[in-house]
Amino acid sequence: MSEIRLHTENLSVGYNKKTLIGGIELTLRQGQIMTLIGPNGAGKSTILKSLIRQLPLTGGAVYLDGKDMAALGERDVARRLSVLMTARLHPELMTCFDVAATGRYPYTGRLGVLSQEDRRKTMESLELVHAANLADRDFTRISDGQRQRVLLARALNQEPEVLVLDEPTSFLDIRHKLELLAILKDMVRSRDLAVVMSLHELDLAQKISDWVVCVQGDSIARQGPPEEIFTSQYITALYGAARGSYNALYGSLELEAVRGGPQVFVIGGGGAGIPVYRRFQRQGVPFAAGVLGENDLDYPVALALAAETVAEKPFRPIGEEAFRRAAALMERCRRVLCPLEEFGEMNEKNLQLRELARQAGKLEEGADLYAAI
Amino acid sequence: MRDDRLRYAAGLVLLTALALGLLLWNVGAGSVDITLAEIAGSIREMSGIIWTIRLPRVAAAAILGGALSVSGFLLQTFFANPIAGPFVLGISSGAKLTVALVMVTFLSRGVVISSMSMVAGAFVGSMISMGFVLLMSRRVRNMSMLVVCGIMIGNICSAITDFVVTFADDSNIVNLHNWSLGSFSGTSWDDVGLMAWIVGIALLLSFLLSKPIGAYQMGEVYAQNMGVNIKRFRVELILLSSLLSATVTAFAGPISFVGIAVPHLVKGLFRTAKPIVIIPGCFLGGAAFCLFCDLIARTAFAPRDMSISSVTAVFGAPVVLYLMASRRGGRGGSA
Repeated sequence: MSEIRLHTENLSVGYNKKTLIGGIELTLRQGQIMTLIGPNGAGKSTILKSLIRQLPLTGGAVYLDGKDMAALGERDVARRLSVLMTARLHPELMTCFDVAATGRYPYTGRLGVLSQEDRRKTMESLELVHAANLADRDFTRISDGQRQRVLLARALNQEPEVLVLDEPTSFLDIRHKLELLAILKDMVRSRDLAVVMSLHELDLAQKISDWVVCVQGDSIARQGPPEEIFTSQYITALYGAARGSYNALYGSLELEAVRGGPQVFVIGGGGAGIPVYRRFQRQGVPFAAGVLGENDLDYPVALALAAETVAEKPFRPIGEEAFRRAAALMERCRRVLCPLEEFGEMNEKNLQLRELARQAGKLEEGADLYAAI
Repeated sequence: MRDDRLRYAAGLVLLTALALGLLLWNVGAGSVDITLAEIAGSIREMSGIIWTIRLPRVAAAAILGGALSVSGFLLQTFFANPIAGPFVLGISSGAKLTVALVMVTFLSRGVVISSMSMVAGAFVGSMISMGFVLLMSRRVRNMSMLVVCGIMIGNICSAITDFVVTFADDSNIVNLHNWSLGSFSGTSWDDVGLMAWIVGIALLLSFLLSKPIGAYQMGEVYAQNMGVNIKRFRVELILLSSLLSATVTAFAGPISFVGIAVPHLVKGLFRTAKPIVIIPGCFLGGAAFCLFCDLIARTAFAPRDMSISSVTAVFGAPVVLYLMASRRGGRGGSA
């Protein structure tokens, strides 16, 4: 097992000597990304600020490389741990090179004059985050995405073992989110860094983290590898998301289902149903979905959005029973839609359902399918 | 990188030349015109108008102007606020109040006040005002609000000073009144010696703080993570900036706008805010600026002296206005 870089013992954090979250036990190893998730105001930032000594602890201890951080000197900490926090920076007349160069602080002399070596390392850090071309630009005049990368270069330039990031991807568009996290992942691998950060984007947290910590109100509700934490049920509960749900497999959010007796029956499958479900959800029309194998692409979305869903066990042809239920449901609906175009051995019965609907004059079909909705 | 260093060196040389030039001009110009030969003679014999009146005054203008600018730069860094300065934050006025109190108590008992006790009084006043500003700064996170608070504190102090002056003996009033308007006149060589010591030491200490000051410009969070002992650093910065502005107030009264205008102009000249360049730059620039303003104060309506503050306000206030206008909506207050 790799070395432990940062760990806490019965840590409690809070403001003005009042404990907000207690009993925090975290262990961060080198080469590992630990992510704090949880609702807004749950205390993710409070924990991070306490880890970096920005907030005094209300109890317990934080250990960096096995040494109690409270007893370590500023420079000792600075050489092992660096940060990228959410505080907005407006440094005056500083180029991106200047900003990145501040990472050399713990290594320069009394007056902080940069040596040739410091300059070289600064340029190297900028190159690592693909920002070497920004070196001479004014830091206040670059985009948010570029700024985060330069600040990451600054943090790397400090040559840390542990990197603490507070919501590094907020305010970034998807391209820059992915870019930043990809760079981070590379750094963790190539430099054996240990990273602890907070993330708002659950889908990204699920994919990048080796260890996930769920912060909820006054405690760490749960922690573990992402595959244990990211179940639809748990995440929905963690965030108290009453008006929708989180789909752990897809890492996607779904709004709440429209309640009431279904007015439309959608014959879907293989992804064809999803856009139709979403459209009815938006319009507030309760609908039924069927018949879907439980391993079908459409199934989780139908489950989240449809008033009723008729499903068959995975990897089986649609059976008599499911067919009868679907037919009965269709009977009660005024309209039937069939965005599904592929029929095979498994979903032969869906073809029969469509025929049934056509005979009843309820089927709306053709190229203007979406217009019909 | 190399040409940066060249530019910094060139800028410092330019400011030094400017300060020296103005220094000479100041010595020569005045209600009594004097030739170079006479200046040299006066200095050699250590007597005459030049030696006893003009030179100390010119030296005071240079030293105190420099001190005021550096004090402003330190305060701007501390509050992350480009329009912070000893005058707008009410720190000069606090010093003015305590100096007035010291003067009135001592003079009414017929005791001669030493310059040292004036400085000490001013320092106490500075620290009290600073204390109030710090209290306010915890509550208001917005840079313009902080300045408004400072101006309030300044006004309260000035009001109390006026009150003190009103009840002072007639013979003291003239003295006090002249001083409270701000002027470099009447400086003795002893005063110059004392201020040179205090300012020299404070300046050196500030310069040695260049590294943490540079880190602090990135904000407290990052500075701390870089290894700055924030608590100690904040105390050091407050003590130094208060000492510098207190020294100025003790010797020359409150002087407005130098502390904001000069650091801004110097940063513009060097196109950087790096303290290792800006601190010496501010000192030289502040010296040149105050020499220039004092020249005008002395000669514009000669033989009458104007108060130095009215001249510095004319040249400094527009810079401050420009600064406020160029910051959209007063952002960057606390970040």
